[in-house]
Amino acid sequence: MTAEQIIFLLVAFFTLGSGFMVVTTRNLIHAALWLIATLFGVAVIFALLDAGFLAVVQVVVYIGAIAILFIFAVMLTRKDMRDQGPQMNRNWWFGALISVLTFGGLYFLLQGWNGLSKTAADIPSGFDAVGELGNALVSPNAYVLPFEVASVLLVAALVGAVYVAFNWK
Amino acid sequence: MVPLSWYLILAAALFSVGLFGALSRRNAVAILLGIELMLNAVNINLAAFWRYGNVTNMAGQVFAIIVFAVAAAEVAVGLALVISVYRQRNTVIADDIDMMKF
Amino acid sequence: MRAGGFVATEILIWLIPLPPALAFFLIVLFTNKNKTLSHTIAVGAALLSWLGSMIVFVRALSIEHLGEHPFESSINWLPTGDTWFRIGVLVDPLTAVTLFFVAWTVLMIFIYSVGYHNFGQPEGDHDHKGLPPHGATVEDHGHKHAHAVPSVEPMYSRFFAFIGLFAFGMYVLVVSDNLLTLFVGWEIMGLCSYLLIGFWYAKESARDAAVKAFLTTRVGDVFMLLGIVYLYSVTGTLSFREIFAEDVLHTLATVPSSFLGFSAAGLIGLLLFMGTIGKSAQFPLHVWLPDAMEGPTPVSAMIHAATMVSAGVYAVIRMFPLISLDEKTMAIVAFIGAFTALFAATIAVAQNDIKRVLAYSTISQLGYMIAALGIGAYVAAAFHLITHAFFKALLFLGSGSVIHGMEHGVLHTGNHHVDPQNMFNMGGLRNKMPITFWTFLIGGFALSGFPLVTAGFWSKDEILADAFGHGHWWVFGTLAIAAFLTAFYTMRQITLTFLGEPRTKEAEHAQETPWTMTLPLVVLSVFAIGFGWFGIPEHFPALGGLFPNWIHDFVGGTLTEHPEAVEFNWIPLLTSLVVALGGLFFGWAIYRNVQTPAEDKLQIPILKNKYYFDEAYDFLFVKPAYWLAETFIYKWMDKRVIDGFLHIFDPLTNGLGAFIRNYFDLPVINRFFGDGSADVTYWFGGKLRVVQTGRIQQYLMFALVVFIVVGAALYFFVFAV
Repeated sequence: MTAEQIIFLLVAFFTLGSGFMVVTTRNLIHAALWLIATLFGVAVIFALLDAGFLAVVQVVVYIGAIAILFIFAVMLTRKDMRDQGPQMNRNWWFGALISVLTFGGLYFLLQGWNGLSKTAADIPSGFDAVGELGNALVSPNAYVLPFEVASVLLVAALVGAVYVAFNWK
Repeated sequence: MVPLSWYLILAAALFSVGLFGALSRRNAVAILLGIELMLNAVNINLAAFWRYGNVTNMAGQVFAIIVFAVAAAEVAVGLALVISVYRQRNTVIADDIDMMKF
Repeated sequence: MRAGGFVATEILIWLIPLPPALAFFLIVLFTNKNKTLSHTIAVGAALLSWLGSMIVFVRALSIEHLGEHPFESSINWLPTGDTWFRIGVLVDPLTAVTLFFVAWTVLMIFIYSVGYHNFGQPEGDHDHKGLPPHGATVEDHGHKHAHAVPSVEPMYSRFFAFIGLFAFGMYVLVVSDNLLTLFVGWEIMGLCSYLLIGFWYAKESARDAAVKAFLTTRVGDVFMLLGIVYLYSVTGTLSFREIFAEDVLHTLATVPSSFLGFSAAGLIGLLLFMGTIGKSAQFPLHVWLPDAMEGPTPVSAMIHAATMVSAGVYAVIRMFPLISLDEKTMAIVAFIGAFTALFAATIAVAQNDIKRVLAYSTISQLGYMIAALGIGAYVAAAFHLITHAFFKALLFLGSGSVIHGMEHGVLHTGNHHVDPQNMFNMGGLRNKMPITFWTFLIGGFALSGFPLVTAGFWSKDEILADAFGHGHWWVFGTLAIAAFLTAFYTMRQITLTFLGEPRTKEAEHAQETPWTMTLPLVVLSVFAIGFGWFGIPEHFPALGGLFPNWIHDFVGGTLTEHPEAVEFNWIPLLTSLVVALGGLFFGWAIYRNVQTPAEDKLQIPILKNKYYFDEAYDFLFVKPAYWLAETFIYKWMDKRVIDGFLHIFDPLTNGLGAFIRNYFDLPVINRFFGDGSADVTYWFGGKLRVVQTGRIQQYLMFALVVFIVVGAALYFFVFAV
């Protein structure tokens, strides 16, 4: 077992553990904080995968913006939710069953796939992943259209969010 | 070297945890938290397949970034909806928001 | 792109018709509440089109042999199988001169309308939409008593919108390079003519006149459309330049049609000419034009003197190379023209309404042009078309001015029973309305062909000279008599209207009209005199050769074979001198002392009633149509025959229906299928409604369960196999 594998296992357990806490803890503020921990774990996973740019974006965008947004939302809506009463709905056991089934199904599918034990080739020396990513995003031969569509989507979401949450009084 | 399967199983597990959250939590904000977990699991998959496939093909990373954008949009609209509903019905319990019932 | 400048001429030609169309839409959609804005837009649009036309005209002048190399530009329009139907614009010498007079008259009429519809006057006391304004009462500052002034037209903006659309149609017609768009412009004008004649739609006479004009011209238009279709089926093109190509004309002249031994060219020419008969009010479809005088006077001037009826003649001149291929068609054209010229002139002699005289005079003069074309006098016809447009527009606008002045008098006296259009109520107006008088005199002399100075003399003289020179004695004689009558009734009109002493109080109180009305009169009278000087024959004694015979050289260049100028001969010249001066003299001498219609010896019933044409058409077409509809179709066919049949079927179907209803519909369809299916659905719905909790998470769970089940089933039973 190499050092890399040990690091991976540690990070994976940390990520899964905090993810579990996100969905089970009673206090929603705590849940949001656990989410930050999970996201941070995922960022480390990205780093392990040599996707440095994704790791940075994960920290900046997810933790810096989305998670903070969650905390604000929790604060704005928790007048009557003082962590009392059940946090799960009546059918939570059914949801758990479906989740386990999903995991089982996915695991079963992975078992039957022969590319599973594949190991990664070394990244060629001098390969500029971030530069390539930037090129791919704006190149007409590659992904400029999805990129532009995503930007339109963001604008639409921005306008929609303002409209929906606006206090019409 | 970490084999690909480890990443995929981690992603599957994280996805299932998120799914459980989305299906079982009462609070609408908590449902959104679960969905975030699921999206992250997807991103792990995308990054892993990029790394273990042809590194010069940037599709995996590009789509991970697009998932970021979609996640940001979804959170913005989702939380706006939650706040709007909270203002009007004074609750964020998903079970109580059953205006679509027969 | 030959003649340079800031806009290429071809593009400019495309743009000429647009401003009036835009004005129409702007006024209709946005500015119809605002009178000032509406007329500003309309007059501005007319001014733009005028400017474009003048630029095109000047550029056209500077081109040598414009006839062989006209300005043209066309675009693909309709795919027709594997080729394209092309539409476009064309400016050759004929179009250039037509554009010239159309642009001037249209602009003048637009300006005139501002004054005619009393812009700037108060709203009327009892004015209704659809009726002419009745006048308004205003308090005078000096005096104690109120007094009446003309009131503004209630539908002022609408009028400008309509004449804008009309101008669009005319420009489209003129610049078209093919028969189809020409026909489109033609029909747009037909519609506008209907709308404008019926402008005061609350008057029954105006409504009837509008319908009459529309339906009568429609008769001609249908034939014209047939001609266009026939032409297209023979040649496969409607573009003028392509039709007038040597080989196409040759084909047309030699292919026989199955109708009375006409060649294809002859039949097509005849059909197209029938369109002109309707549009230019030639015998026997002339009946609509006098009635069209129900419209406002600018409309009479524009539609029924300067532009629309000219369009009919323009179309014949345009198609002249085709029509002239067949002798028989030419003979028919010449006959109709000459006959109409004389026939309408005799009616005009006995009319008392100032506008009706002009209306019959228009018919008569259009007949002149048609007759000229029929004898092959191409240039003379075009020349007379232009000069006539100027002086007839001038006369109509002048008569409108007279009527306007008389209405002033009527408002002053308050006696609304006096008809301000009847010439026997006028007299002595020369002192009250000097500008109107002098310009009307110029127009009238031009119409009569007063020697040497007026445009009408030169153009009419050229027609007579052509008829004489080519040996068409009958045409020559007929036209000479018509010319005499023309001079006679024109002078009668001038004498009754302007000379002598006022015959009524209203005439005493007539007033000169505002500058917006007199300015167009002055401008048009300049053309009514000056335009003739461009067409003086070269061999004319003394004057010939002082000016080059520009009209002949320029317009004649439109044809591939340059028409020969006829040799000078004293006989037609003397004839035209005698008839013009004689007619004028007799008109003055006889009517100088006539005071009432009773003293007028020429009020013969048959002339007064226009040879009973309206009555004849009523008897021949209208009455039978009513009889057919009412007695034959309705009372006999419908009531007896058809209803009789239906009454037989009635009990039969009734019985069958009752049977089906009682033994099939009620038990099977209603009970079993209808109610049965509803019951089943209701039961299931009741059972299934509990599933719909409205809880979003529950829905998601259901969805996922289905997804997992289906996914597993697919995996195991489809992919794994």
